[in-house]
Amino acid sequence: MDLRFRPEQERFRAEARGWLEAHAPGPGPGRGAGPLPSLDTRAGFEAHRAWERTMFEARWSVVSWPEEFGGRGAGLLEWLIFEEEYYRVQAPTRVGQNGIFLLAPTLFEFGTPEQQARFLAPMAAGDEIWCQGWSEPDAGSDLASIRSRATRRGDLWVLEGQKTWCSRGAFADWVFGLFRSDPEAERHRGLTYFLVPMDAPGVTVRPIPQLDGETGFAEVFFEGVEVPDAQVLGTVGQGWSVAMATAGSERGLSLRSPARYTEAASRLVDLYRRCAVQDPAVAARHADATARAVIDAEAYRLHTYWTATRVLDGHGVGPEASMNKIFWSETDLLVHETALALLGTEAELLDGEGRPPPWLDGFLFALAGPIYAGTNEIQRNVVAERVLGLPRA
Amino acid sequence: MHFAFDQQQLEFRAQLQAFSHREYTPGELRAAWDSPTGWSEERWRALAEMGVIGMTVPAAHGGLGMGPVDLVLLLEELGRAAAPEPVLETTLLGVPLLLAAAPTHGELVARWLARVAQGTAVLAVGTSTTAGVPGAVGADLLLLERDGEVHAVEPVAATITPRRSVDGARRPAQVLWQPSPATLLVSDAGRRGVLGALGDRAAMGTGALLVGVAERMIAMAARYATDRRQFGKPIGSFQAVKHHLADALVRVEFAKPAVYRAAWSLAEGDADASVHASMAKALASDAAVLAARTALQVHGAIGYTWEHDLHLWMKKAWALAAAWGDAAAHRARVLEAVAGA
Repeated sequence: MDLRFRPEQERFRAEARGWLEAHAPGPGPGRGAGPLPSLDTRAGFEAHRAWERTMFEARWSVVSWPEEFGGRGAGLLEWLIFEEEYYRVQAPTRVGQNGIFLLAPTLFEFGTPEQQARFLAPMAAGDEIWCQGWSEPDAGSDLASIRSRATRRGDLWVLEGQKTWCSRGAFADWVFGLFRSDPEAERHRGLTYFLVPMDAPGVTVRPIPQLDGETGFAEVFFEGVEVPDAQVLGTVGQGWSVAMATAGSERGLSLRSPARYTEAASRLVDLYRRCAVQDPAVAARHADATARAVIDAEAYRLHTYWTATRVLDGHGVGPEASMNKIFWSETDLLVHETALALLGTEAELLDGEGRPPPWLDGFLFALAGPIYAGTNEIQRNVVAERVLGLPRA
Repeated sequence: MHFAFDQQQLEFRAQLQAFSHREYTPGELRAAWDSPTGWSEERWRALAEMGVIGMTVPAAHGGLGMGPVDLVLLLEELGRAAAPEPVLETTLLGVPLLLAAAPTHGELVARWLARVAQGTAVLAVGTSTTAGVPGAVGADLLLLERDGEVHAVEPVAATITPRRSVDGARRPAQVLWQPSPATLLVSDAGRRGVLGALGDRAAMGTGALLVGVAERMIAMAARYATDRRQFGKPIGSFQAVKHHLADALVRVEFAKPAVYRAAWSLAEGDADASVHASMAKALASDAAVLAARTALQVHGAIGYTWEHDLHLWMKKAWALAAAWGDAAAHRARVLEAVAGA
């Protein structure tokens, strides 16, 4: 056991920190024009896209990818180090995260060389931003009950149906998702994973305002949308197992790096410290919750390094990813609820432009955590059945 | 960065696991509850033969010369087994106190270290902050703190009044004794960091025991939920039961790396080792208390009986959760360290 980073890893950290401090938009003096506008507005989305391009050009957008696709071939630990530095400077939310963190690992695993060559670099550069098409109006937690269809016509597939809660769907360029390609098959069988441009004829997008009033997700309608075989990811009819690889990334290591929570926890400590000076009684009431939030964020970080070591030693990550998802989503809520409690009646106030300020915004975002990527109730079922071996219902 | 145990450490654990399966049967544990000391000399010698007891004793004194990282998995196993032998007190706490003594005590220290390594001595450790001295009944040497000093007191020189714990294997005795120049082992122990290190080791080690205790209770409850049928199905097929157990498991799962990290930081003398130990104890205490509550609820009325074995672990969880600082106390320490409050 050795919890120190190697000198070359520390050099990598220093290099990432130097570049991010010089280039990343964010709060504080000397950080360009300050934080970018919300990525759930058209202007904000494009500003975030431009930031992805800036990172890509300096080869910081996808450090863990092979160099031929715009990465640095960095290892898992280096990726975690990069993420720590990224959150430390409070750099912008990754508008391309559905692509680079969720679809990309699936493309590396299941994609043909042609698909990898076609999709990965534009994804890394922010030229093509992806949204996901999993849920349907009647298929949420019960994803295997999806009804959107893919029908063979000549050498094309024709997509019909409706997807919903597509994060980034309002402004994204491409969507990946599951369609039923075998109308006779039921549940997990007969599904196929498709990659579809959002500007294809027959695709209609209806943005849905979220809890913060902005259009973070959308409904996407498919009416006679023609898709070639080149845009099928994995084997026809095997879409479920391809999708579960993506879902594993979403629940597990790749979407929610611990830096996000340790950084939020360290801002919570700053807030607590200010509160302890201004209103010691309020601080005292929330001292225990503050400590809990700090400790849980750290526990998540440690668990991530523990898991990363397992992965690097050649062990897989299985249903344990579901434990991760429960823990990070609840930690995120604890951090933000505690911050709002410390802010007291100030917590409800919007800023001068009528937008939620950072802690409230973060709280609204954190509230989605236990719902998306498979609700925490679904994750608890997975943990109980596949880790503890309890019988299925 | 390689956050994993090495092959030797894992093999040592496997060896102890095999021993536990054989030796720590519920019948043996119940017999220990009814015995005068709460533990067995025969098992103590067997553990010493395996190298567990003398693990932290330097090789020059007949031990293995290992440290907290080597010991942490073994403590976890001893917790899983609800082992009553005072390994934490002797091996993790007592031996380093002996090693902290001034060179003038060299002869005394050497004698006791050798006996620990041979399995012929049990050490008990008590500070003025704890209600009793666990392991004092049957101990061969008491290492007692008073006014920032550590004294080595032989049981004949003290009045030891055993008290029963809710965990029938524990004997947190009241110890009446008089410090004297002859008993003084470590002077200025507070300022020299000896007492701080003692508290940190105790927090980490108790956390490791608690993790094992918690995992065992969750495993028992999962097994029971699979076997027990109501409404024509195993109760473990109901979501209410599944979710209780999943939540308990998640809390243990995330306590474990924190305990292991604390062990590493203590072994390395990391500047933040104290905070790391407190984080570990806070997480492990809460995880074990939740696991106890959950396991009892899943078992229902049968788990509430004296006859069922669950309480052997549940009571250990309660006692250890409070020992060496409860979760809230350690959270306060963490906050003080990170926020300077």
